[in-house]
Amino acid sequence: MTVTEDPAAAEVAPEREIGKARRRKEDARLITGRTTWTDNMVLPGMLHLAVVRSPVAHGKITNVDVSAALEAPGVVAVYTGRDLADEQGSIPCAWPVTADMVNPGHPSIAVEEVNHVGEAVAVIVARSRSAAADAIELVDVDYDLLPPVLDMEQAVKGEADLCHDHIESNTAYHFVFDAGEAGTGGDTEQAFADADVVVSRRFVNQRLIPAFMEPRSVVVQPQGDNFTMWSATQIPHVLRVMLAMVTGVPEHKLRVVAPDVGGGFGGKLQVNPEEVIALLIARRLGKPVKWTETRSESLMAAHHGRDQIQYIDVASDREGNVKGLRVRILADMGAYLRLITPGVPALGAFMFPGIYKFPAYRFECDGIFTNKVPTDAYRGAGRPEATFAVERIMDELAVELGMDPLELRRKNWIQAQEFPFTTVAGLEYDSGDYDAATQQALELLGYQELREEQRRRRESNDPVQLGIGFSTFTEMCGLAPSRVLGSLSYGAGGWETASIRMLPTGKVEVVTGSTPHGQGHETAWSQLVADQLGVPFEDVEVLHGDTAVSHKGMDTYGSRSLVVGGTAVVKAADKVIEKARKVAAHLLEANEDDLEFSAGKFTVRGTPGTALSIQEIALAVFAAHNYPEDIEPSIDADATFDPVNFSFPHGTHVCAMEVDTETGFVKIRKYACVDDVGTIVNPLIVEGQVHGGLAQGIAQALYEEAVYDADGNLTTGTFVDYLVPSAADLPHFDTGNTVHVAPGNPIGAKGVGEAGCIASTPAVVNAALDAVRHLGVRDIRMPLTPERVWRAIHQGGDGGDRATAGTNAYGGASTESTAGVSTPASSLGGDL
Amino acid sequence: MTQVSMRVDGVTYTDEVEPRTLLVHHLREALGKVGTVVGCDTSNCGACTVHLDGQAVKSCTVFAVQADGAEVTTIEGIGSAGDLHPVQKAFHEMHGLQCGYCTPGMIMASIDLLKENPNPSETEVREGIEGNLCRCTGYQNIVRAVQQAAGEMAGRSDTLGAQA
Repeated sequence: MTVTEDPAAAEVAPEREIGKARRRKEDARLITGRTTWTDNMVLPGMLHLAVVRSPVAHGKITNVDVSAALEAPGVVAVYTGRDLADEQGSIPCAWPVTADMVNPGHPSIAVEEVNHVGEAVAVIVARSRSAAADAIELVDVDYDLLPPVLDMEQAVKGEADLCHDHIESNTAYHFVFDAGEAGTGGDTEQAFADADVVVSRRFVNQRLIPAFMEPRSVVVQPQGDNFTMWSATQIPHVLRVMLAMVTGVPEHKLRVVAPDVGGGFGGKLQVNPEEVIALLIARRLGKPVKWTETRSESLMAAHHGRDQIQYIDVASDREGNVKGLRVRILADMGAYLRLITPGVPALGAFMFPGIYKFPAYRFECDGIFTNKVPTDAYRGAGRPEATFAVERIMDELAVELGMDPLELRRKNWIQAQEFPFTTVAGLEYDSGDYDAATQQALELLGYQELREEQRRRRESNDPVQLGIGFSTFTEMCGLAPSRVLGSLSYGAGGWETASIRMLPTGKVEVVTGSTPHGQGHETAWSQLVADQLGVPFEDVEVLHGDTAVSHKGMDTYGSRSLVVGGTAVVKAADKVIEKARKVAAHLLEANEDDLEFSAGKFTVRGTPGTALSIQEIALAVFAAHNYPEDIEPSIDADATFDPVNFSFPHGTHVCAMEVDTETGFVKIRKYACVDDVGTIVNPLIVEGQVHGGLAQGIAQALYEEAVYDADGNLTTGTFVDYLVPSAADLPHFDTGNTVHVAPGNPIGAKGVGEAGCIASTPAVVNAALDAVRHLGVRDIRMPLTPERVWRAIHQGGDGGDRATAGTNAYGGASTESTAGVSTPASSLGGDL
Repeated sequence: MTQVSMRVDGVTYTDEVEPRTLLVHHLREALGKVGTVVGCDTSNCGACTVHLDGQAVKSCTVFAVQADGAEVTTIEGIGSAGDLHPVQKAFHEMHGLQCGYCTPGMIMASIDLLKENPNPSETEVREGIEGNLCRCTGYQNIVRAVQQAAGEMAGRSDTLGAQA
C-alpha cells in the first residue's frame, strides 16, 4: 500500500466512460474465429443426438418401430416418447395469465399424439453426427391422422375440430383488461355509443420466426450425479431452475453454461424440448451428448412469434379528439404453451393505447390452440403487435376525419409537461418529449421536400408513387418490477443481481446475472464500473452466463439488461465504495465522514495530497494485515435490484416509400428515426441495437412470414422461403436521439433492444398505404410482397386473400378460409 | 473413405473422409477449425464462407474431396489478435458485428469483394455481400466497415468521410 501525494493527478478527473463510443471488448474473439459456440464443444466419448420429427400436423401415434434404426452402424440407442414418458414431465409454462387458463401439457417427445409438424417423436443416439442423422429415416412411425386446426377464426367457432381432444375447446384463456373496471378510464361502451366517429379494422399480425443466426445447440456432460449443460440459450439461470423442476435433477447438481451465443431475439428465451431430452439421455447413458439443430429444424421446431388477428375500434369526435379504444385479439398459441407463450399478448395489452390520451379502453384476448409450432417471445413480444395496431388505426382515423396523420397524433399524445403520466392502461409513463423527437425525425427525413415530391408524382400520375408513414411509439421496458409481474400471474420476479470482486492486483471482476448474446454487456458494464469505481476500463472483466460463476440471475430479454442488470452493477459498486471507505478511514487515520471518493481515490477533506485508491485498498484487504477490527477483510459486494416501475423509451419513426403501381414492388426511399432511450452509455452499441431492430421490424412489414399450408406443413421451412433480408434488401437508416433520463434507475437508461423492431413495422406499412390511398387502397396485408401490393391496387382488398396457395404471398391457411385450396379430404391425404 | 490433402491456414492436413463430407464439416470436425460456422442447410446464409484457392466459397456447398490439393483460408488464417486484417479491424472499429455468428463468413466474403472491387460504393457493398445473412446489425455498420477497410487497404484515410 502506498499513500500517493500527487495533488495534480488527484484533481484531474478522468474522462467519463458513460457516453463514450467504446469499441467492444467482445469483438476480439468474434472477428478472429476464436469463439466458444456450443456446437464447437467436443468431449471425450461424446454421443450425438438426432431428433425424429413428425411429418404430420395432427395425429395419434399408433406405432413407433425403431428396430431398423437400432441396427444402423454407429447407433447406440433410440428413445421414443414412451421410453421417456415417466421422467420427461412437461415443458414448463411460467405465465398462466388467467386463473382458469387451460394448459394441455407439453411432452418433450410426443407419447400418444403429435400436434404440429416437427414435433419430436423419437431420438437417435449415435457415435457421430452423421450416423445419428442417417438413422432418422429408419424409424418407422405410424399415425392415425386427425384434422389439423390451423385457422384461428375457424377454431373458435362451435363444432370446430379440436387441437387437443382432452380439453374442451381450442381456447386456452380469455384475458380481459377493462379500464373502466380497473378504475383507470371511463366506460368504453359508453364512449363508443357517444362518439361522432368510429373506425374499425381487422389487422393480421403475421407469424414470424426469430431466426437467430446460430442454430440451437446443447451439450450435456454427466459427472457422477452432477450435470453440466452448455446451451445456446438466453436464459441459463431460468433454464437451470426449470430443468430441475421438470426432470427432478436437483438444482444444486445442475450447472448451466451459455457460452458465446449467436443471437436470440427472444427465440432462445425458452426451455426447449431438446434441452430436456439431452439431459435425460445423458443421465440414462452416463455419457456426454450433443444436439445441434439444422436450420430447417430450427425454422420448423423452435418457437415462432407474433401471429395475432386484431379487431380494433377507435372512437373520436369530429375534431379528432380520441374518445375510446376497443381491442379484441385472437392470439395463436400454436399447439402448446411454452415458457411465456400465453403472456406475450397479455404483455401487449397495456401498450395498445400507445402514446395517446384515450379516456376509455377495453382489451380482450383469446389465446387459441392450433396445430402449429408454439409461439413465444420474439423481439418486442406483444408490444410490436400493439404498436402496429394503434399506429395503423390512427392513420385510418386520420383518413376518416380528413386530417393530417401527424396532426391527429399531436392532438392526442401526452405532452412533455404531463410526465409522469398515468395511462388508461394504468401504466405510469416516466419521461419524454414526443414533439421534440418528431421534429427531429422530420428534419432527418427531409420531410417537406419529400411531401413536395409526393405531390408532383401524384399530379403527374407517375407509375411510381411516393408515400410517407409515421410511427410515434412508446414501449414498456426494463422487465420488470417483480410485484407487477406477480400481479400479472407471472411465475417469477424481474430483479437482477450483480457482484463485484476486487482482486489483489487492483483488477475488477464483475459478475452479472444478465446473460448477453450479442448485446455487448462486457463493454457496457465495464464502462459503468470504470466510472463508478474510478478504475481503468481495461481493468474490468465481466463474467456471465455460467450458473457456477454467476449463481443467480434473470437473464436477458425485454430490453432489461442495462436498466435492471446495469443498475445492479452500479449498486454493487456503490457498496464496494462504502466498504472500502471504512478501510480507507482506518488507513488514512481519518474519520469516515471526512473522506471524499472521486475518480477512484479516497481523499481527506481539508488535507490535500493524501489519497488512497480503491485498487490499493483491494490489495490492503487481501493482505489483511491492517484493517478495522469491526469489519471483515473484504470490499467485495453484491447487489440485487428490483425496479419499482417499467421504463418507457419512445420515439418517432418516419418512412418514405416508393410503390411501383405497375409491378407492386415497394422500395424504402428513406428511413429516419429519433429514439429516446434515456441515458446512452455507449452510443455505438445503442445505434447498433436500433439498426438491428429496424431490420427486423422492416422485415415484418416487407418480407417475412411463416406460412403453413392447409395440411399444416410449414412451407417457409428454409432460408430460401423464409426471407430474412440481406444487405441489398434494406435501406440506409438515419438515426438520432433525444435524451430524457429514466427516473426509475440511477443510470437513467430506458432500454434499447427492442425499440427499432417495435416502431418500424407500422411506419413502413403506413408509408406504403400513403402512396396508394388515392387509388382506393385501405390496407395491404403484411408482408407487403409485390403480389399483394399489386393485387390491393388492382383488385381491391388487402391483397392477401387471393394469393396463390403455396406462394409466400399466400397467408391463407394460417389465417383465412382454406376453401378452394385444400379440401378436408385432401388435407388428410398422403401416405405419411 | 477417400484420402484428401489440403493446406488450411498454412498447415497441410491429410485425412480420410467420406465422399459426402462437406468441406465445412471437415474443417470443423476433423481439423478443429471451429471459427468457421454453419448457419443453414440451403447455402443461403454464408456463415461458412472460406477462401478456396483465393476465392470465397460457401464451404457447405463444397465437398471436402473437391478441396483435395487446394489452399483453404478460414477466418482463423487471415489475422491474429495482434495483427488483424484490415477488414477484421474495420468490423471492430465500425461496430460491424453484434453476436458475431455471421462475422467469420461476412469478413471472408468482404475480403473477396474488396479483391474484386477495391473501392465499392454503398450499393456495391450491399450487393456484394448479399449472399451473407446477418440478423443483428441491419447491415449498415457492416457496409461502413467494408468501406473503411477499402480505404485502409488502398492507403487512404478519407474513404468513409467521402462516401458515407
